[in-house]
Amino acid sequence: MDIERLRYMANQIARNLAPQGEAAAVDATFQHLRDFWDPRMKAGILGGEREGLDPIAKAAVERLASPA
Amino acid sequence: MGYERQADFGTPEVTSDIAVTLTVDGREVTVAAGTSVMRAAGQCGGDIPSLCATDSVKAFGSCRMCLVEIEGRRGTPASCTTPVEPGMVVHTQTPKLAKLRRSVMELYISDHPLDCLTCSANNDCELQDTAAQVGLRDVRYGYDGANHLGAEIDTSNPYFDFDASKCIACSRCVRACDEVQGTLALTIDGRGFASKVSAGQTGDNFLSSECVSCGACVAACPTATLQEKAVKEIGKPERAVVTTCAYCGVGCTFRAEMKGEQLVRMVPWKDGKANRGHSCVKGRFAWGYANHQDRITKPMIRDSIDEPWREVSWDEALGYTAGKLNSIKAQYGARALGGITSSRCTNEEVWLVQKLIRSGFGSNNVDTCARVCHSPTGYGLSKTFGTSAGTQDFDSVMDADVVMVIGANPTDGHPVFASRLKRRLRQGAKLIVIDPRRIDMVRSPHIEAQHHLALQPGTNVAVLTAMAHVIVTEGLAAEQFIRERCDWDEYQDWAGFVAQDRHSPEALEPVTRVPAETLRAAARLFATGGNGAIYYGLGVTEHSQGSSTVMSIANLAMVTGNIGRRGVGVNPLRGQNNVQGSCDMGSFPHELPGYRHISGKEVRDSFEADWGVALDPEPGLRIPNMLDAAIDGSFRAIYIQGEDILQSDPNTHHVAAGLKAMDLVIVHDLFLNETANYAHVFLPGSTFLEKDGTFTNAERRIQLVRKVMEPANGLQDWEVTQELAKAMGLGWNYQHPSEIMDEVARLTPTFAGVSHARLDAEGSLQWPVNEKAPDGSPIMHVDGFVRGKGKFMVTDYVPTDEKTGPRYPLLLTTGRVLSQYNVGAQTRRTGNNVWHQEDLLEMHPLDAENRGLKDGDWTRLASRTGETTLRLTVTDRVAPGVVYTTFHHPATQANVVTTEYSDWATNCPEYKVTAVQVLPSNGPSEWQESYASWSEKSRRIKRVAAE
Repeated sequence: MDIERLRYMANQIARNLAPQGEAAAVDATFQHLRDFWDPRMKAGILGGEREGLDPIAKAAVERLASPA
Repeated sequence: MGYERQADFGTPEVTSDIAVTLTVDGREVTVAAGTSVMRAAGQCGGDIPSLCATDSVKAFGSCRMCLVEIEGRRGTPASCTTPVEPGMVVHTQTPKLAKLRRSVMELYISDHPLDCLTCSANNDCELQDTAAQVGLRDVRYGYDGANHLGAEIDTSNPYFDFDASKCIACSRCVRACDEVQGTLALTIDGRGFASKVSAGQTGDNFLSSECVSCGACVAACPTATLQEKAVKEIGKPERAVVTTCAYCGVGCTFRAEMKGEQLVRMVPWKDGKANRGHSCVKGRFAWGYANHQDRITKPMIRDSIDEPWREVSWDEALGYTAGKLNSIKAQYGARALGGITSSRCTNEEVWLVQKLIRSGFGSNNVDTCARVCHSPTGYGLSKTFGTSAGTQDFDSVMDADVVMVIGANPTDGHPVFASRLKRRLRQGAKLIVIDPRRIDMVRSPHIEAQHHLALQPGTNVAVLTAMAHVIVTEGLAAEQFIRERCDWDEYQDWAGFVAQDRHSPEALEPVTRVPAETLRAAARLFATGGNGAIYYGLGVTEHSQGSSTVMSIANLAMVTGNIGRRGVGVNPLRGQNNVQGSCDMGSFPHELPGYRHISGKEVRDSFEADWGVALDPEPGLRIPNMLDAAIDGSFRAIYIQGEDILQSDPNTHHVAAGLKAMDLVIVHDLFLNETANYAHVFLPGSTFLEKDGTFTNAERRIQLVRKVMEPANGLQDWEVTQELAKAMGLGWNYQHPSEIMDEVARLTPTFAGVSHARLDAEGSLQWPVNEKAPDGSPIMHVDGFVRGKGKFMVTDYVPTDEKTGPRYPLLLTTGRVLSQYNVGAQTRRTGNNVWHQEDLLEMHPLDAENRGLKDGDWTRLASRTGETTLRLTVTDRVAPGVVYTTFHHPATQANVVTTEYSDWATNCPEYKVTAVQVLPSNGPSEWQESYASWSEKSRRIKRVAAE
């Protein structure tokens, strides 16, 4: 999957959840990726560079990498 | 059932807490206070003759046929205009009345053609019946006097004729247009003997008038004056079957009136709870596509999309398809396969397609057209209220005091609901319209919105947050409701957020372009005007903030206490006939039926136990992700039932590239649609007239679809899917769709009490239907939200990334017209084309003048993704800087221009905001010409000679 597209999607999710406050937004963005993204999309974002991800999206992707 | 006219009690039903008992012809009857004597007589089996009375419109009292005698009263009052009174003793059949009625009838017949035997309404004519009923044997006046027998017949409408020579000037048609449809296109022109029904202005005919061809006048006409052309051609129907319309999400029920296997006409069913006996031009008349010559009725296959189609037997087609699917699965894995369910198909058919994908293909790569329309509704209402559907039934609007219509165009998209809404507005309810375009609801006969917020496209969240700001900061919040029904802490967080100065109407005016005072007035009206109901459409959802807007709407309903009773609520006007049902049936890649996440082990266990297979616990791909993955090479095969993604989905070039990249594209449809140009297998589909099953409308109302004729291809769609499943090795053996619904009920708690037998007995049921609500749920969240406490979601305005600039200075927004439906596959193959033969581009006069463009000019519409050409309509319906078009015609393919920007939560495309430039053009674009040529080549069929 095109990593640029996946990054754009993750950032867009994070940007819209940001008004909840940083901690809640990271949590909500992580849950969104976990609950709505197909495994190849998850693998794509996890396998790509974190550069280009905004801080909330980046933190959510980090959590997706090690959900525990 | 055989053919019988629908029951008609002469005057509308009245509701009252007070009961009145009277005696009619010696029979005691108890009715609601305010009921007419005519209706009371009808309810106890009486049959008072009448001509100007019909129960879809108010009593008129003009024909003088329904006279009665009432003990203790002088004279012979008209029973239609006389209300019942306690103890009243009424006589409907006396020698005096018989004489009076016969005399009146003589006058009618003296100016009526005596051609009953050759008249198309013979044996189905109220005038004929009434003449027989009153015992008319002679006309003393003769037939030589002045008359209207030479009146010209108006045949301009594609579906019905107006023969003024047969008109008795009863005004039923005029009143139906006024009261039922609310268009007020008809009038009685002239006075006395010169009185005649007239459509529009002098010189107009029905086609050129304001008439919207809803058919209400035709249904109301007691003679052959207004009659369907099909009845004239085919003759009187001989049987009728009640079924459900396959157009929009209103879910009108109709009597399909048949002669043998031939459909004569569709007549709105008076007992239908969604439409209450009304219809629109699509459902009433635009069913000719079912027998159109373009129908494909034989399966076809080809190895490459460059080859012509080859007609094959069902066995060969299904064997070929199953073999390819199994082979791709073996080579690339289950997640390389997926499919799209159809919101035009039945619940049972959708259920089977998603079951085939989950249990046969082995992936959760299932999606549906809701992805591109109301997926944000599912997300937003689920987060705030706990359920993915609207809260009310359509009847609820009759108790609304303030109606807010946001991003919807009900007169065109949901016309039968629009008529109900207009009726309520004529009764005095207030209207707020939030829409960039001046839709008809803003101002039309006897209707005028109190406030039209003509916002800049893409700023819905800003407008709704500003409204919330006004309500909170001016102390208009419904605090008691919020404390009782919502999470108070969450409310306080949300209220603090919206109360910030940056969310005030004044601060946001430069963004929304809505004058702050107008917005404040609208917010005050909604918060203080009584029952507030919100109706919204794709102008809300098809944005990069579609889900945020839905949540903003839910917030607004909660903060004003407008949830959980009649007259209020949040009401998504769903697009396709069964889009609610297709979502309910598990068409989303992350959810099993009933909106339960695929990762939930307990839910998954129940399906695995029932279906006998292991299910993938991970979410699947959405449609746009499927296309991305196809280009990427990890998604190889798709089964598309009843959906034309090439024409309906955004960025046509990208859709084409995705389809072209797949090894196997299976299209299951009525016609060789645009998507089929990229398909390898075509499985012919069946129309709604050819199948049994159920549709679920926007009110969550489940209604039966009944087969009225045999499928032209030999199989109903559920049977095709079952045969494909069998060919893949699955042991399915459903004998009837009712068995599929039994499985739905077994596995889906909200459908637990639903069965075909119950639907047949009760007409319809609104889910949830279960132990807690055994008779269904017309209104949701009555005693509490489904999720427990209502959740206020903080939503902030985030501008779309689709920006205007010097190269693309205008904003394009798209929509639809009354006469066409979605991609037009059905309506373009009917007489509806007379109203809309091509997609047109609406542009404000200032923008047109700046570009040297005038009405009717060819224009080149270009965006960052593509360009097309279409002709211009110059109109101030749109604001300067905004242009508008429809997407009904493949020759235009408006979606060549739309982008892949989409809703952040659901990937619902942002159809409503595309930065474009519009310039003069000499003709079709290069792409249009090359696509037309490609399309023609791709549709070649190698016919098999008949055996």
